[in-house]
Amino acid sequence: MADLKLDQIRKSYGAVDVLHGIDLDVKDGEFVVFVGPSGCGKSTLLRIIAGLEEITGGDLMIDGEVVNTKSPRDRGIAMVFQSYALYPHMTVYKNMAFGLKLDKQDKAAIDARVREAARILQLDQLLDRRPSELSGGQRQRVAIGRAIVRQPKVFLFDEPLSNLDAALRVQTRIEIAKLHQDLKSTIIYVTHDQVEAMTLADKIVVMNGGNVEQVGSPMQLYHHPETRFVAGFIGSPAMNFTKVTIDAVEEGKVTVAIPGGIKSVLPFDVPSAAVGQQVELGIRPEHLALGDVGELTVSGVVDVVEKLGDSTYLYLNLANGDRVTVRAPGHSRVKMGDTVTASAPAGAAHLFNGEGKAFTKVDCPAEFSADDI
Amino acid sequence: MSFSNIRREDASRAVIVHAILLTYTLVALYPIFLVVINAFKTRKGIFKDPMGLPNADTFSLEGFTKVLAKSDFELFFYNSFSVTIITIVIVLLLAAMAAWALSEYKFPGNTVLALYLAIGIMVPIRLGSVSILNLIVDLGLINTLTALVMVYVAQGLPLAIFILTEFMHQIPKDLKEAARCDGVGEFKIFFAIILPLIRPAVATVAVFTMIPIWNDLWFPLILAPGDGKQTITLGVQQFIGQYVTDWNAVLASLSLAIIPILVLYLIFSRQLIRGLTSGAVK
Ligand SMILES: Nc1ncnc2c1ncn2[C@@H]1O[C@H](COP(=O)(O)OP(=O)(O)OP(=O)(O)O)[C@@H](O)[C@H]1O
Ligand SMILES: [Mg+2]
Repeated sequence: MADLKLDQIRKSYGAVDVLHGIDLDVKDGEFVVFVGPSGCGKSTLLRIIAGLEEITGGDLMIDGEVVNTKSPRDRGIAMVFQSYALYPHMTVYKNMAFGLKLDKQDKAAIDARVREAARILQLDQLLDRRPSELSGGQRQRVAIGRAIVRQPKVFLFDEPLSNLDAALRVQTRIEIAKLHQDLKSTIIYVTHDQVEAMTLADKIVVMNGGNVEQVGSPMQLYHHPETRFVAGFIGSPAMNFTKVTIDAVEEGKVTVAIPGGIKSVLPFDVPSAAVGQQVELGIRPEHLALGDVGELTVSGVVDVVEKLGDSTYLYLNLANGDRVTVRAPGHSRVKMGDTVTASAPAGAAHLFNGEGKAFTKVDCPAEFSADDI
Repeated sequence: MSFSNIRREDASRAVIVHAILLTYTLVALYPIFLVVINAFKTRKGIFKDPMGLPNADTFSLEGFTKVLAKSDFELFFYNSFSVTIITIVIVLLLAAMAAWALSEYKFPGNTVLALYLAIGIMVPIRLGSVSILNLIVDLGLINTLTALVMVYVAQGLPLAIFILTEFMHQIPKDLKEAARCDGVGEFKIFFAIILPLIRPAVATVAVFTMIPIWNDLWFPLILAPGDGKQTITLGVQQFIGQYVTDWNAVLASLSLAIIPILVLYLIFSRQLIRGLTSGAVK
C-alpha cells in the first residue's frame, strides 16, 4: 500500500520531448486512470512509474522515498501489459509463481498465494494449461493474477482490456472494479476508453501532448472541465462547441451573442475587459432537449439520425455551418432533413476563452454540478 | 476465374515444387547411398558393379572388421565426438549471450560490434591458417584437441551470433519487461525465458555448427595430426594410400561416421518445432 508522488517528471527521447513536467499525487488505495489521445504520453508515464523507462528530469516518490534509479522489482510495483506478456512455455501456475520463486519464499506460502489469486480470478481449473490453450479473457486474467500474487504496493495497467471483445470488456471491467474493492490497493490504469475511465476511476488524469490538462473525479471532469480540451474529451458523444461574441458583462452574468442573432444571458464570472471578444460556448448533447424550453436555443437541419434504442442522436447543421449533436428520446420521430429547434438551460453551458480556459460558472444548478458527488 | 481453376493451378504448382525438391533430395542422397551400400561389399563387388546393391556373392563385412580391428577407430571417433560436442556447447552459450547483449542492450558501439562479428561469416577462417598455426604453436597447443576446439569456436561464432540475434529481436519486448517487473534478474531472464523461447533457433545453430566441424579435414591435418589426436576424417586417410586405397575400409569408416552426426541431428531437429511463442502475446 503506498502513496505515489510525481514531481515535475520530464522525459525526452533524444531531442524529442515526450513529457513536459508532470505533477501528480496519488493517495494510498486510489484508483487513478490516465486518459488522453493517442501519443500523448500515457504509456510513457506508466512505464516511468514502473521503472522500465529512465526519468529525464524530476522526481518520482513512492511512500515518500525517491525511487528514480530503483529497479522495477525494488519499487514494489506490478504491471499488467496490454499484450498480456505471459511466458508461453510455462503453465498458468508457473506463470503466476515465477516472480515469487525468485524471492526464495517457502514453497507452501507461494502455493497458497497462487491458489488464492487463482480462486479470486476463477482460474482454478486452468492452472495446468499453457497460455496458448486459453481464451483472450482467460489470458488477461492470468496476467492480472501474476500481478496479484506479488502483492505489490502499486498496480499498473496499460490498456488491459483493449484486446477483448465488447462483452468480455464489460465483464472484466467489473471484475477489476471488484478487485480494487477487495484488495484496496493503489491502481494506475491507462485507457482509451471513456467508459472504463468514468466507471473505474476515483481520479482521472486527462493528458494532452505530454502535459496534464486536468485531474479530478469523473464527475468533476464531466461537469467542471477546466479547459476546452477536457470538455471535448470527456463525455460521449463529445460536447458541442460554437463561437459566440461577448456582448455585455455584469456581476456573475454575461450576455453572449449566438450566431443567428439570438442573445443569451449565462451565469459566468467574466472580466469586463472581455466585452467584444470571441469565446467558445459548449453544451453537451444530453443537455439539449427538443423544443424551445431552455434559455439557450439552436435550430438547424437534421443531417444524420442515429437510433440507439434508448436514445436517438440527431446531428444538426446550423446556419453558420457549425454542427450540433442533440440527444433525443429513443421514440423520437425526427427524420433526416427536418428542421428542429433544441434548447438547454443556461446552467448547462460551458464558456471557454480564446486560450481554451474555462470561465467560472456561478450558482451552478445541482444537476450540472459535481459538488455533492 | 472459377474456384476449380484456382485449385488446379495450385495443384500443378505443388507438383512442380515437389518434383524439384525430390530431384534435389535424390541428387543429395545418392552419393551417401552409394557409400553405404558399397561398404557392405567385397572389393571385387565394389569395382565390378559400383552401383549395384550387395547380393549373396558380393556381400561382405570385411571393411568393418578391418576398421574396427586394425585401426584406432574408437579413438578417432571419441576425438571427433568430443571436439564437436564441446565446441557446440561453447558456441551456443557464448553466441546466445552475445546475441542477447547485442539485441537487448543499447550501448555505444553496438552496431559496429554486430557488423564486426558479421564479417566473420564472410571471411573463411582458413585464410588465416598460417597465423593460426603459428599461434597454436606459440601457445604450445599443437597436437591437442583444445587447439581444434578453439579454432572451431572461432569459426562457428559469427553465424551463430547472427542467427540468434535475429531471433532474439523477435521476442516481444513486453515479455522481457514483464519479467523485469516480476523482479527477475537479467541472468534468470536469459536462461529461464529467452533461451527456452529461441530453442528452435538454438537447435538450428547447433546443426549448422556441428556439420562442418565433424566433416573438417583441414584443421585436424595441420593442428592435430599426431597419433592419438586424429579425428575420424583424418583417421580414415590412413586407408587411402598413394598406390593402393583400401576402399572397403574407407567406405566402412565413412558409413560409421554418419551415425553419430545423424543421431545428433535427430536430437536437435526434434527441437525445431515452430509456434513455441504462440499465446505469449495476443
Ligand atoms: N522509444 C521511443 N523513441 C522516441 N519516441 C518515442 C519512443 N516511445 C514513445 N515515443 C513517443 O512518445 C510519445 C508518447 O508515446 P506513448 O506510447 O506514451 O503514447 P500513448 O499515450 O501511450 O499513446 P497510445 O494511446 O497510442 O498508446 C509518442 O509521440 C511516441 O511517438
Ligand atoms: Mg500506450
